[in-house]
Amino acid sequence: MNAPLPNVMAGPLAGARRISFVRGETLPQSPPPDDVRLSVTKRVVRTYFGTPGNAAITLACVLILAWLLPPLLNWAFLKATWTGNANACREAGGACWAFIREKFWFSVFGLYPFELRWRPATVLVIFAALVAVSAQRRFWSIKLVYAWVGTLVLMLALMGGSVLGVPVPGLAPVPTRLWGGWLVTIFLAVFGMALAYPIGIVLALGRRSERPIVRFVCVCWIEFIRGVPLISLLFIATFIVPLFMPTGVELDRLVRAQIAFVMFAAAYMAEVFRGGLQAIPKGQYEGADSIGLNYGQKMRLIVLPQALKITIPAQVNTFIGLFKDTTLVLIIGIFDFFTTLRSSLGDANWLGFATEAYVYAASVYFVCCYAMSKYSQRLEASLNEGQRR
Amino acid sequence: MKNWLMGIAAVGAMLLGTTAADAGRDLDQIKQRGTIRCGVQGPSNPGFGVPNAQGVWEGFNIEICRAVAITIFNDPSKVEFVPVTSQSRFPALTNGEVDILSNNTTWTLTRDTGVNRFNFPAIVFYDGQSVMVPRRLNVTSARQLNGATVCVQPGTTTELNLADFFRQNNITFRPVVIEALDELRRAYDQGRCDVFTNDFAALAAQRTLLTNPRDHVILPERISKEPLGPTIRQGDEELTNIVAWTVFALIDAEEFGITKANVDQIAATNTDPRVRRLLGVEPGMGTAIGAANDGYARAIIKAFGNYGEIFDRWLGPTTPLALERGQNNIWTKGGLLYAPPAR
Repeated sequence: MNAPLPNVMAGPLAGARRISFVRGETLPQSPPPDDVRLSVTKRVVRTYFGTPGNAAITLACVLILAWLLPPLLNWAFLKATWTGNANACREAGGACWAFIREKFWFSVFGLYPFELRWRPATVLVIFAALVAVSAQRRFWSIKLVYAWVGTLVLMLALMGGSVLGVPVPGLAPVPTRLWGGWLVTIFLAVFGMALAYPIGIVLALGRRSERPIVRFVCVCWIEFIRGVPLISLLFIATFIVPLFMPTGVELDRLVRAQIAFVMFAAAYMAEVFRGGLQAIPKGQYEGADSIGLNYGQKMRLIVLPQALKITIPAQVNTFIGLFKDTTLVLIIGIFDFFTTLRSSLGDANWLGFATEAYVYAASVYFVCCYAMSKYSQRLEASLNEGQRR
Repeated sequence: MKNWLMGIAAVGAMLLGTTAADAGRDLDQIKQRGTIRCGVQGPSNPGFGVPNAQGVWEGFNIEICRAVAITIFNDPSKVEFVPVTSQSRFPALTNGEVDILSNNTTWTLTRDTGVNRFNFPAIVFYDGQSVMVPRRLNVTSARQLNGATVCVQPGTTTELNLADFFRQNNITFRPVVIEALDELRRAYDQGRCDVFTNDFAALAAQRTLLTNPRDHVILPERISKEPLGPTIRQGDEELTNIVAWTVFALIDAEEFGITKANVDQIAATNTDPRVRRLLGVEPGMGTAIGAANDGYARAIIKAFGNYGEIFDRWLGPTTPLALERGQNNIWTKGGLLYAPPAR
């Protein structure tokens, strides 16, 4: 049993400490799993009150809930005001959902001209449909890319009344500074992510390139952008860039903000992807080389599919961060969803309902971020059939 | 942060010489574009500028900009409102994103000169740091507040002004320092301090949120001077004239008793030459300032009323802010609003 093991570590590692372990006795038997042994009641009791420690934690949690929930429910529902004006709210003393109701459409459309709101509304519907389709893997093909480009054009046409400076007949032009609310938040986040993704891949590959100039440019981009706060990039894009434009050329401020977002997100994505590339074993690269694939084929067929897959959690992390960062566009005078609510707080007729506004904002952001998170988990699972543990 | 952002913008502007405006250049640009770009406080400022539920900007500062648009274009809708923040307002003005700021910017020496090179054609609102106390204390002057506990925001000029004021008057106070304005108000409302200090207009807004707003008074002293007015780039005399005389027309109209309701009748019947010149019945004044026509003041009053009417509509006693006129009354009624004669 305890005979010395043959020295398998000959060669370069001969001097390293050998680790050998052979179990001498049988492990104690585990009890059968609870779900085949105990009734539901017993299992619950066992889970929550199984040990004195667990019982104490359960009790503490129940007490905290009993202390928090009644006032919360009382505020949010029982004493809440759903319709009426600010005075009705103040009399009732509970949550003032009437305030959210009053400002709801403003939070969706922002400063967009009121009588033209069917246009962003249409865009929202088309957009939701496209997201629903894109989320399903069976629709993944090059056609989907065309559909997105088409939607972007349609969105610009409907929202702004012109595409790349060409006016659309029958639609009054609406400058982008009047776009706002959900539309701007979604526009910045979704197209920001969509554009940052491929740029991030290119940057990640460039940073690992063997050509010094390519590597230098990519490293500069990534390190510079990651080294400054997003808000200063937005500031530069808004106030400094126009100073360097030739006279008469005016790049739209929403576009400038979007470019800043894309550059920012791309730098972060690049590092995420680089992590993925480094996690792929060298054998995969060598295997690709040995069957005669060139660089492009190797990356496209062997390396990237694996690297992108294993970095999904980090990608979603970056996306969720970017989604929430869109609130910073206030500095350049664009009213995104969150800004519309903060703006509503300054309405003299509805002063003092900040809590309601923040609860509303938090729930919208939570729903979006949680959906992204859940979707990414599902996607991961379905892409990982072969390796699931 | 504000400073380095300003620095970048100023350096950028100097490199390209964009601030070297020729006389009339800004006005020419505005006329060529067909709209004036007006920077307003984002996300919003109660009573002064707030987008309503339909996304349309409303408020005191908004109507000042619309009045300027009437002077230039004879059309109050020829304004693009551009929201700016306290960090972005000066870079936005410097680089031409906006033509005019109407966002409660205080006129100070350094903003009027030096690297910023802004112009403050007229003052539309006299603000100043004030103190609020519960009515039951029977205090009539801030000088009686020896030993009081004062609710104040930290790290602002508010805190410094307060210390200066108390030291100057040889009285002491104990500060209760809380960062968030909402929390500060709650502390005051619960009696944790005797005094609540902030700028007058902001203090009035906070007062509406107290449990019993009527039980609190804002004392008459102004601890600091905060003259607020529309701000433009320096170097365009024509635009300066237009903005200044637009504001003066509103003030004159109140002095002469011209209102939204009676402006047409007064224009038709009044014989006072000052009134007739102001309303363009006797021509010449509008042309002199470069307005769209001689009837610019009449058009403004017809659209929005005189200064007092605009004040009352957005800030006055019938609004939730319930500001008293105080210093913002015309000079004949004990206030500071005084317009040079239109002649």
